[in-house]
Amino acid sequence: MDTALTQCVMSFNRPDDKTLLVSIAGDFRTGNELPSSGEVENQIRSEPGIRELTFETEGLTGWDSRLLTFLIKINELCTQNNIHINREGLPQGVQRLLALASAVPENKEARREAVQSSVVSKTGETTIGFWHSFIETVDFVGDAFLSFMRLLRGKARYRPSELFVIIQDCGAKAFPIVSLISLLVGLILAFIGAIQLKMFGAQIYIADLVGIGMVRVMGAIMTGIIMAGRTGAAFAAQLGTMQVNEEIDALKTMGISPMEFLVVPRMLALTLMMPLLCLYADLMGILGGMLVGVGMMDLTVMEYFMETKKAVTLVHVWIGLFHSVVFGVLVSLAGCLRGMQCGRSASSVGEAGTSAVVTGIVSIIVATAVITFICQVLGI
Amino acid sequence: MNEAKPHIKVEDLTMAYGDFVVQRDISFTVNRGDIFIIMGGSGCGKSTLLRHLIGLQSPAAGCVLYEGRSFWDAQKDEKESIKRSFGVLFQSGALWSSMTLAENVMLPLQEYTDLPLKQIKEIVSLKLSLVGLAGFEEYYPSELSGGMKKRAGLARAMALDPEILFFDEPSSGLDPISSKLMDDLIRELRDSLGATVVIVTHELASILSVGDNSVYLDTESRTMIASGDPKRLLADSKDPKVHRFLTRGADDIKDGEVL
Repeated sequence: MDTALTQCVMSFNRPDDKTLLVSIAGDFRTGNELPSSGEVENQIRSEPGIRELTFETEGLTGWDSRLLTFLIKINELCTQNNIHINREGLPQGVQRLLALASAVPENKEARREAVQSSVVSKTGETTIGFWHSFIETVDFVGDAFLSFMRLLRGKARYRPSELFVIIQDCGAKAFPIVSLISLLVGLILAFIGAIQLKMFGAQIYIADLVGIGMVRVMGAIMTGIIMAGRTGAAFAAQLGTMQVNEEIDALKTMGISPMEFLVVPRMLALTLMMPLLCLYADLMGILGGMLVGVGMMDLTVMEYFMETKKAVTLVHVWIGLFHSVVFGVLVSLAGCLRGMQCGRSASSVGEAGTSAVVTGIVSIIVATAVITFICQVLGI
Repeated sequence: MNEAKPHIKVEDLTMAYGDFVVQRDISFTVNRGDIFIIMGGSGCGKSTLLRHLIGLQSPAAGCVLYEGRSFWDAQKDEKESIKRSFGVLFQSGALWSSMTLAENVMLPLQEYTDLPLKQIKEIVSLKLSLVGLAGFEEYYPSELSGGMKKRAGLARAMALDPEILFFDEPSSGLDPISSKLMDDLIRELRDSLGATVVIVTHELASILSVGDNSVYLDTESRTMIASGDPKRLLADSKDPKVHRFLTRGADDIKDGEVL
């Protein structure tokens, strides 16, 4: 193949009064500078008597789609000016491809125009979209609740073996990451507190800060966020893929409720595992705080332990556990909701995963604010 | 074989996604024991019609009757009982990927029968051997080829000995020999089980070799434009679109006359 860039040349001749002969020579391929179809237009404009356009291509050394698009432009120009176009002078392959390209006329109905909608209509559409999404979410939550009730009454259809696999996946397998994150969060809390408390010689209160902070809320929040990113996204991806593969349709046609069969076991598993993971995260966080307290603030392990024991009451523990149960429900609901809403393409599975994480984390933060407010009002 | 007893009746069915009408005013009858083909070009709404027949999508207008019982007007329990009378083979097989083949076939049996596990396992082995997959009980769907997945999906569809079997593009993605084997299997199952079979396909060879009756959905006019025995349609149809479809685009018809 000739790869050297050669100049593309176009010239015009008038064999008779009514005909314009367009000679093209050179390499009409991508990468070379092509002549403009405007030159042909100028010729047609300046010679109104032209009724036919013919081609001469003996000097043409190579061509690709660029030549075709160039010729299609000339073709359109001729159609607009009622000039007959004679393709006989073109290479055979070009003639056939042009015939193929014009074999099926453009479907005018299919073409989509870029619709410029006003700000008001965009706002309206977005609001309606939000409303529909809200209704869908309420519908899903209601359905999930009813299915959960059926489970409690022992009437839900699900596979216990699958429930254990999910429990293992969102419980035991989450241990390493929960350990690492909670230890570091405890460590960070202790560092931040240490700088301030050291000024007053009150290093011992690091134990109070870390203990209450982790047990009351931080342990649950960090576990919730980890599980939203890890398990919530996994739930959405699993259910989304099942949606794409028609597996959920197969369940429905067999009269098996996907809600009972797929959603409820996931909700149950995560809601059961979250408090356990939360307790573990609390311990790891306290350990992290202790590392700073003992390692840098000259406290003894016993001192730190006793101070933590004094500061952390059972009420704090219960509040932390309550947070974690709520987060378990929210994260599993968000993951399953996004999975069940997933479209039927591969890209929508990715979107479902992303959306599950975002929904999960936002709902965790909102729920924390609500619970904190309620605790404040109740004085606990 | 054909006693011409109506099994499924579709009356003035209109299918739509929101405001977009996919097909309108579809009416046809599927007789008991027939192999009925729903055919038409790509994107004409064949699979959407199937989704309406198997209860996955509700119609914009019209109804689907199973032995005179209107599916979409039925109460939940009746709907469930109608659903239990049919098995569906989805285009991709739609096997539950977290379960082995045996568990896939077993699930409907566990859900709807009180049989002891030993007997259920025997039935599972029988169904898998009917589709040529004996010995693959403990395989996961991801370990199988496309053709094997479809056959496993068929074994699951047959788990409860359904009266009606629905197939969505059973031979798509299969090589010609596997495709022919699938056709033979469908005919064999209909003959031996006496089930009514509804197939959505545009595979010409399958249509002409197994179809007893058919309906042709047109993309442009968005309605059915022909119905009847596909072999007879091939010989007699004066409709250029149907003729072109059944002859793979042969252009020997003009103005309703076969040349």
